[in-house]
Amino acid sequence: MQATLALDLAPIARADRWRPAELAFWLIPVAAYFIFPENLVLLTQIAITALFCLSLDLILGYAGIVSLGHAAFFGLGAYAAGLLAAHGWGDPLIGLAVAAVVTAVLGYVTSFLVLRGADLTRLMVTLGVSMMLYEIANKLTDITGGVDGLQGMEVLPVLGQFEFDLYGKTAYWYAVAVLFVLFWIARKLVHSPFGLSLKGIRLNAGRMPALGAPVNGRLSTVYTIGAAYAGIAGALLAQTTQFVALDVLAFNRSAELLLILVLGGSGSLYGALLGTIVFMSAHHLLSDLNPQYWQFWLGALLVVIVLFARDGVMGGLRRFGARLGRIQQ
Amino acid sequence: MTVIFDGIASGMLLFLISVGLSVTLGLMNFVNLAHGAFAMLGGYVCVTLLNRAGVPFLASLPVAALATALVGVVLERTLYRRLYAATHLDQVLFSIGLVFMSIAGAHYFFGAQQQPMVLPQFLQGQINLPGLDIGIYRLFLVVLSLAIAYGLNRLVRGTRFGAQLRAAVDNPRAARGIGINVERIFTLTFALGTALAGLGGALGVEMLGLDPSFPVKYIVYFLIVVAVGGSGNIMGSLVASLILGVVDVAGKYYVPQIGAFVIYAVMVVMLIVRPQGLFGRRAAR
Repeated sequence: MQATLALDLAPIARADRWRPAELAFWLIPVAAYFIFPENLVLLTQIAITALFCLSLDLILGYAGIVSLGHAAFFGLGAYAAGLLAAHGWGDPLIGLAVAAVVTAVLGYVTSFLVLRGADLTRLMVTLGVSMMLYEIANKLTDITGGVDGLQGMEVLPVLGQFEFDLYGKTAYWYAVAVLFVLFWIARKLVHSPFGLSLKGIRLNAGRMPALGAPVNGRLSTVYTIGAAYAGIAGALLAQTTQFVALDVLAFNRSAELLLILVLGGSGSLYGALLGTIVFMSAHHLLSDLNPQYWQFWLGALLVVIVLFARDGVMGGLRRFGARLGRIQQ
Repeated sequence: MTVIFDGIASGMLLFLISVGLSVTLGLMNFVNLAHGAFAMLGGYVCVTLLNRAGVPFLASLPVAALATALVGVVLERTLYRRLYAATHLDQVLFSIGLVFMSIAGAHYFFGAQQQPMVLPQFLQGQINLPGLDIGIYRLFLVVLSLAIAYGLNRLVRGTRFGAQLRAAVDNPRAARGIGINVERIFTLTFALGTALAGLGGALGVEMLGLDPSFPVKYIVYFLIVVAVGGSGNIMGSLVASLILGVVDVAGKYYVPQIGAFVIYAVMVVMLIVRPQGLFGRRAAR
């Protein structure tokens, strides 16, 4: 009289294992350092944006929460770390930690607003929260510097060892290291039972309670984590540029981030990274020609992606991989 | 009193520009963030006719609406139509793409500066009552928006076209089954929504200004009106515009330190209390 529950957990365990292609991917930032030593500032920006995009992938790609105001957390993190450094607490890691905590708190509180209502309400509430923060930062000129931006930051060496240099070497390795650590954690997270339940919620939120998954609790948790990730990305930007401009909170930043994620392909973590690399490189190459034209092509790209290439770069790679697999058989 | 009247007038202007969005987003359930781009187009058409061709203001208004509707129909036929069944996220991304393109386009053709506009003589000036100053143009806006609100409500609730539209949105398959030409209804409705956007944009130049950043600068306001008013409800949009207009003007008048903060806060609070909007019915999808 033994009731055995035969569950094949092997695929889940396998998905958690690092594949060779992934290891090879992480050689890209190392190689980039040696191939483009003149462009370390741009490369640092790419790493930071990739982290920001990763945070959106967690909440949108995995949990299916649409947000038009993710820059709220990015900006709050940037101001938190920036204000800290401007008032004498310049240790970078403490800055990241504080930014993470502050944004996580805001993320947790606002997650309850986001859980109410359907897509349109979510879009409006996230947008509204970020616009409110923008207005606050804009008006509190005594604290944030308003439109002039926050200046006078003094960032201490990383771990007391590595000072930020003029060439941006420290900033680059610092940003890449933080990105890698947080990516590693995110990867663990999405392959955990928690991550699987998020996918389940995205696919069918109505049925998940039947499996014993608390839908609202899970969504609220992942929204908080995503907020903290975005906050850390913002803090990284503040520390590496030693300046915070008001546009960290702007609507354009949230909209652009959505585009980057969709360009790369959402729901795969690597899509966020690839999308950022493609987008930022294209931006860098094209915006020299004319910033206005660039915006036009940006919009055209978005329209084309939505109409014809909905699964992004990662989808393309996957199809390519599947074809290779067929050829080998 | 003047603050309240200005609030009402500004709310009415908000309504005029947003009501087109409550047609496309509210009735057709398409998250059309490009609404501001259509409004901007109407504004540019009106300003160009007025300043370069010397067309009278009242005559340039319908032209602006028609020209915008024409562009709307072309876009609907070629692009929008493919995305009616797509997710809201796809619609958002697609329309943000259109917004970016429109900003760059406006910049290319008209430059970055604000467009000047002079109202005709009979719309300038004020009526002064004891304790209340009424701008004539504002009064004109109030009357016009009430007329449009009434007309639209009649159209959606009381005509054959309105009934067909509501059927086509709620259940396209069944609507097709009983012989309604859903595609044609949607094209017409989209044309109506963009025409209203163009009209609102043309009317708004005087009070909101007009430059290439217009679609982004005001999109939040349009969305607020529709989201707060409730999807698919013209009267809801009217009430929401009134509330938001009064709150916004009063906020900027009495507590200028916090500026536009008030309107966002009001929106978020309203959406928390009523996620479907003030007069929202359950979303069709």
